[in-house]
Amino acid sequence: MGRLSLRFVALGYLTLILIGPLAMMVWRTAEDLDGAWTAITHPDTVAAFALTLKVAAIAVSVNTVFGIVCALVIVRGNIPGRGLLNAFIDLPLALSPVIVGFSLIALYGVNGWFGWFQRNGFEILFATPGIVLATIFVTLPFVAREVVPTLREIGTEQEQAAQTLGASGWQTFWRITLPSIRWAVVYGVVLTTARAIGEFGAVALVSGNIAGQTQTATLRVEDAYQFAYGNYAPAYGISFVLAATAILILVLMIVLQPKGARR
Amino acid sequence: MSISIRHITKRFDDFVALDDVSVDVGKGSLTALLGPSGSGKSTLLRIVAGLEAADHGAVFIDGQDVTARPPQKRGVGFVFQHYAAFKHMTVHDNIAFGLAIRKRPKAEIAERVNQLLRLVQLEGLAKRYPSQLSGGQRQRMGLARALAIDPAVLLLDEPFGALDARVRAELRDWLRRLHDETHTTTVIVTHDQEEAMEVADQVAVMSEGQIEQVGSPREVYEQPANAFVMTFVGQAHRLGDTFVRPHDLEVTLEPNGSTREVMIDRIVHFGFDVRLDLVGGDGERLSVQTTRDQAELLELVSGQIVYVRPMRATTFS
Repeated sequence: MGRLSLRFVALGYLTLILIGPLAMMVWRTAEDLDGAWTAITHPDTVAAFALTLKVAAIAVSVNTVFGIVCALVIVRGNIPGRGLLNAFIDLPLALSPVIVGFSLIALYGVNGWFGWFQRNGFEILFATPGIVLATIFVTLPFVAREVVPTLREIGTEQEQAAQTLGASGWQTFWRITLPSIRWAVVYGVVLTTARAIGEFGAVALVSGNIAGQTQTATLRVEDAYQFAYGNYAPAYGISFVLAATAILILVLMIVLQPKGARR
Repeated sequence: MSISIRHITKRFDDFVALDDVSVDVGKGSLTALLGPSGSGKSTLLRIVAGLEAADHGAVFIDGQDVTARPPQKRGVGFVFQHYAAFKHMTVHDNIAFGLAIRKRPKAEIAERVNQLLRLVQLEGLAKRYPSQLSGGQRQRMGLARALAIDPAVLLLDEPFGALDARVRAELRDWLRRLHDETHTTTVIVTHDQEEAMEVADQVAVMSEGQIEQVGSPREVYEQPANAFVMTFVGQAHRLGDTFVRPHDLEVTLEPNGSTREVMIDRIVHFGFDVRLDLVGGDGERLSVQTTRDQAELLELVSGQIVYVRPMRATTFS
């Protein structure tokens, strides 16, 4: 009885908070499929999705490598300051993306410390590099945060065993360490991807939001909503594709991981 | 290959783990480093393997100074207490690891792995993962993996410590037989004196980062160098300034000059052996190891007052 009502509360809460809004969006999309389709296939929307995927691919690649290196330093490192690194890596989770975007504008703006780029034609702000930087910033912690506990759990004995068997540091990493943390890395990559695709605040400030050029998919949704003039079908349609992409990534992860790989 | 450990000192912050330790391990011997936890025995083994660096001193393997060499270049086989199995690899791939790293031809690897699987009695389990093996099987896989690279020396760090008593005894026998076949110079770290006595032909007793005595199992038991060895290797009671083994106490029913009066608290039967737990007048506890026949002959019962006398006692200056 107690367990049943607890389950009811949990499911009810999920429905109210998660399923409800998504279901509503799917419903609205279905109401005007033609309108949604026209918006989705609009060249500017296609360009927005292409930009989002490109930015996500770069941010995920960079942060996967950085996240694994960081986790190794935090768990295995022997250097002073790794406690500080451990604390700092969570900063993007605590900081509002708007502040991230704003500080990037301050730094790379023509009067900022790194203003040289902007002044000399290497556009960072209101261009792809700025969007990439903002996305890398907000998605920084995910891989490291997933990998750190797994690295702690596997310990160093397997790596030491590999060393006594003749494996170099590099061989030990590729053959022992990386396979041991692979599911943590996959999970971190999934979270990073989802966050990168969905990022809005930081990107909104640094991108310039030029349709067909520096407009990402989330910015395109915002635009479609702002300038709907009563026709919300485009906003719903593009939102639906974004949400479906995120859900697909989650499902893919569940399908890919072997049974019992994650407790 | 012989191992020579010369004046090794190792500190962890303020704690002195090893204090000027020197030991020699003869070629083809099986040596046990025996001591309580914290005596530095595992640290010493890890220094021999290159998994830990000594602050001072040198390690020679087969006459060559390997002190500065990384573990990869020492040719040691190392077996860990908690197996250190490569969890994402099959038994076959675990054993083949060292050979794969050395880029040996596939056929050669397959042949060698099969041979080792037979040696450690894991035939038919090659495709399993470590999680599908029992503790004893995992440790045999660990041994096969270490032996695959034809190590100059085999180092075992409490290899049977995580196993239950029966499997431990089995593997101990098996290790001894394996050693008699392969004659690989072997060092085993253990805190279990019975294990050391049974398996090794040389025992180095360690305490607080120092070597207390090196000798054959019989020597360290019968001619202990000091009070620590006397009490750590086998049981011993302290009677005033002397030490006596439980089986060197004679029990009589009548007092006789040099005897002490004691009461039998408990009689414990182990088949042929019988242990008498005794309490002296001053509350001091003693135990005597005797035989079932002897106990029956004297018609001993608990609560009875008897007299004990050391037949052989050892004094350390």
